[in-house]
Amino acid sequence: MKTFSPTEFAIRYGFLLLMAGLILVFSVLRPAFMSPQSAVFILQSVAITGILALGVTATLVVDGFDLSIGAVATSSLMLSAYVMVVWEMGAVAAVLLCLAMGAVVGLINGLLIVKMKVPDLLATLGMMFLLVGLQRIPTEGNSISTGMVLSDGTNATGSFSEGFLMLGRHRIDFILPDLVPLSVVFLILIAVLVWGFLELTRHGRVMYAIGSNAQAARLAGINVAGYRVLAYMISGVLASVGGILLSARLGRGDVASGNNLLLDAVAAALIGFAVLGAAKPNAFGTAIGALFVGILLQGLTMLNAPYYTQDFIKGAVLVVALVFTFALSGRVGRGRG
Amino acid sequence: MTRQAITIRGLTKAFGRNAVLRGVDLDLPAGQVTVLMGANGAGKSTLVKVLCGVHRADAGQVLLDDKPFAPEGPAQALRSGVVTVHQNINDGVVPGLDVASNLLLDSLAEGGSLFLNARRMREDARRIAAAVGLEVDVTRPVAGLPLADRQLVAIARAMAHKPRLLILDEPTSSLSMAEAQRLFTLIDRLRADGVAILYISHRMSDIRRLADRIISMRDGQVSGLFDSAPLDYSAAVRAMLGHEITEVDITIPPPGPVMLQATGLQLKPEALPFDLSLRANEVVAITGLVGSGKSALASVLFGLEAPVAGRLTLNGTPYRPANPAQAVASGVFLAAKDRLINAVIPAFDIQSNLSLPFTANHSGPLGLIRRATERAAATRSIQAMGVICQGPRDGILTLSGGNQQKVVVGRWMSEASRLLILDEPFQGVDIQARRDIGRRIRDSAATRATLVLCAEIDEALEVADRILVMSEHTIVGDHRNEGIDLGRLMAEVAGSVEDRMDIPA
Repeated sequence: MKTFSPTEFAIRYGFLLLMAGLILVFSVLRPAFMSPQSAVFILQSVAITGILALGVTATLVVDGFDLSIGAVATSSLMLSAYVMVVWEMGAVAAVLLCLAMGAVVGLINGLLIVKMKVPDLLATLGMMFLLVGLQRIPTEGNSISTGMVLSDGTNATGSFSEGFLMLGRHRIDFILPDLVPLSVVFLILIAVLVWGFLELTRHGRVMYAIGSNAQAARLAGINVAGYRVLAYMISGVLASVGGILLSARLGRGDVASGNNLLLDAVAAALIGFAVLGAAKPNAFGTAIGALFVGILLQGLTMLNAPYYTQDFIKGAVLVVALVFTFALSGRVGRGRG
Repeated sequence: MTRQAITIRGLTKAFGRNAVLRGVDLDLPAGQVTVLMGANGAGKSTLVKVLCGVHRADAGQVLLDDKPFAPEGPAQALRSGVVTVHQNINDGVVPGLDVASNLLLDSLAEGGSLFLNARRMREDARRIAAAVGLEVDVTRPVAGLPLADRQLVAIARAMAHKPRLLILDEPTSSLSMAEAQRLFTLIDRLRADGVAILYISHRMSDIRRLADRIISMRDGQVSGLFDSAPLDYSAAVRAMLGHEITEVDITIPPPGPVMLQATGLQLKPEALPFDLSLRANEVVAITGLVGSGKSALASVLFGLEAPVAGRLTLNGTPYRPANPAQAVASGVFLAAKDRLINAVIPAFDIQSNLSLPFTANHSGPLGLIRRATERAAATRSIQAMGVICQGPRDGILTLSGGNQQKVVVGRWMSEASRLLILDEPFQGVDIQARRDIGRRIRDSAATRATLVLCAEIDEALEVADRILVMSEHTIVGDHRNEGIDLGRLMAEVAGSVEDRMDIPA
């Protein structure tokens, strides 16, 4: 039982070792890579995708999938800007409205899947298109910023409140002054919360049971539909948090931002399958997955690799991670369908 | 002497330590219908799977028309002329395609010209359909056909291969009387054409109608061969059930107060209503053929379906569960049949599988799971059920089938219930596990009403104080498990008085 098996070891620790190796190589080639600033930069670059990825992890746990997270995040970006710039309301109202929007979108996604029996990929794909279109209607396709011309010919006079911008720009003193951005704190906080929820509470346990065998879970007296809807609501709310942080970082409602959020977040969640040989969606793996992508890109950037190679590298990492998960540990992989 | 289409000698097959086929010797003559009878786990389905190329035998010889036959896979078995129509009809058809494409599926799969000639396909399909008496528009999608027609499509498709051996696995279990008659006519015609037919069924009416020979299987061996007219049906049933019945040693305890009372319960619009009363300290088994309504009753009691009519009371108060969660909250538990589909969480360890319905009892504030109490409860269940494992954190799929079954049954015995329903609790387990589970069910029955659903009569005899018989979605017999008149019980199971057999108990 406890005999050492190289395959077993590779499945369990391969990805963490690979990450350690990457850090080592980058540090040797570019000593600046090991500085606290560099570490924080990596964390900041993955904060928003990481938060989205933790949301999509919740839907993966119940054997679902949420393709609308990117669109929810950009909708949240546009909504927060609209609330503050056009409606001239404060930061609290903007944040609450965005969170409510995320929850409602998640609720609708969940109901489409649970009640209307629309397959998860299709329901959330439809929702993605709907939101991508919807978020542009109020501003007739324009970005939102102070002074922009509204449809009635007047200029928007509202502006992003200082408190709101802090969410994306403020840095906390930690070892060095002004080191850790708030968004990184949010990422760590949310990662711990989602991890605790999925691993330590009975709700998380039950959601994993649904993902593994929904029929058996139902016959164990579990409200499968309710938990499915909950998973999409978690995903929607976390995506809207991501959008709020993006908005606070940009300081304007930029229609062109957030294109990569969906794919990066999904990649992080799927890479997470391979971490510690979990072979299932898990919050810790997702966080590591997001971090892995961040480290890789930061290191390559410092080595002057051109920006257009980034997507290729992310894709390659994802494919390798999926091989780790499904080919090497295939026998313990989750049985879908 | 009739020619043998298939000759089987010394066939053995084991899954792990579990020997399923233990030296099967069997001849299937051309132009005759051989009925294969056997209880659950007798090895029928494994034998069929070896013949149709799903499993490979460990040892032994199969001759098809005097030539050695060891198919590499189902496709090769089919090409060699061994055709199987499985119990699950949808295994044999592609529901999304039309009838014509289904009938020609194998030739489509084998290749041919790149483009399909729709007119010629339809003509070919009509010819094949006519050969089995299937009268449908071949352009209709199979999904829209009634079950019986789907089955004929599966058989018709098979016929295109000029079969030497046709295996039918419980083919009438989802057919109406008239549909079954049409199937029998087809079987008669194939028999006349010289096809050897292996017919697996428990329905006495089917067996009487079709059988030229009966082979009984028990514990992986042929336990009886009956081929001289008139066929001795009761001897065949005895050979199938063996003498386990005489080993049964049930002491019926005095029953407690009524736990569940059903009045005028009607499970289907066309079924007769019935009353049912289940008492504490009483183990009641319901037996009946597949599709006789046992699982439908369980669904109603567990809140999966609403009854057509009738009232339920639980412990004296009205009981009308809208979903399993309410049933569990009321203290009505169901250990469902087909564990891999309905009960096992494959990604979980034993401990989490055991605690699944009761996570609320093992968690504290914020829903945080208390691992220590969960582990203690799991250890207790493992001991009580006699699950053979390294520890409660073993993955559930590392266990043998019998031990998995102990876990999913033990799950519902780990907390007190008012009514415990066990649907086929002995499904796919070896004899030792079956005894363990049965003993555990009886030992823990004092404070609750217990309802065991099992198609096999010997399982009911082993576990129950009282045996009810279901047929046509209603209860047709009620026997105290003491010197039971088995002949009568069998007649009730078979669903008609004329099928009554006199088996000395």
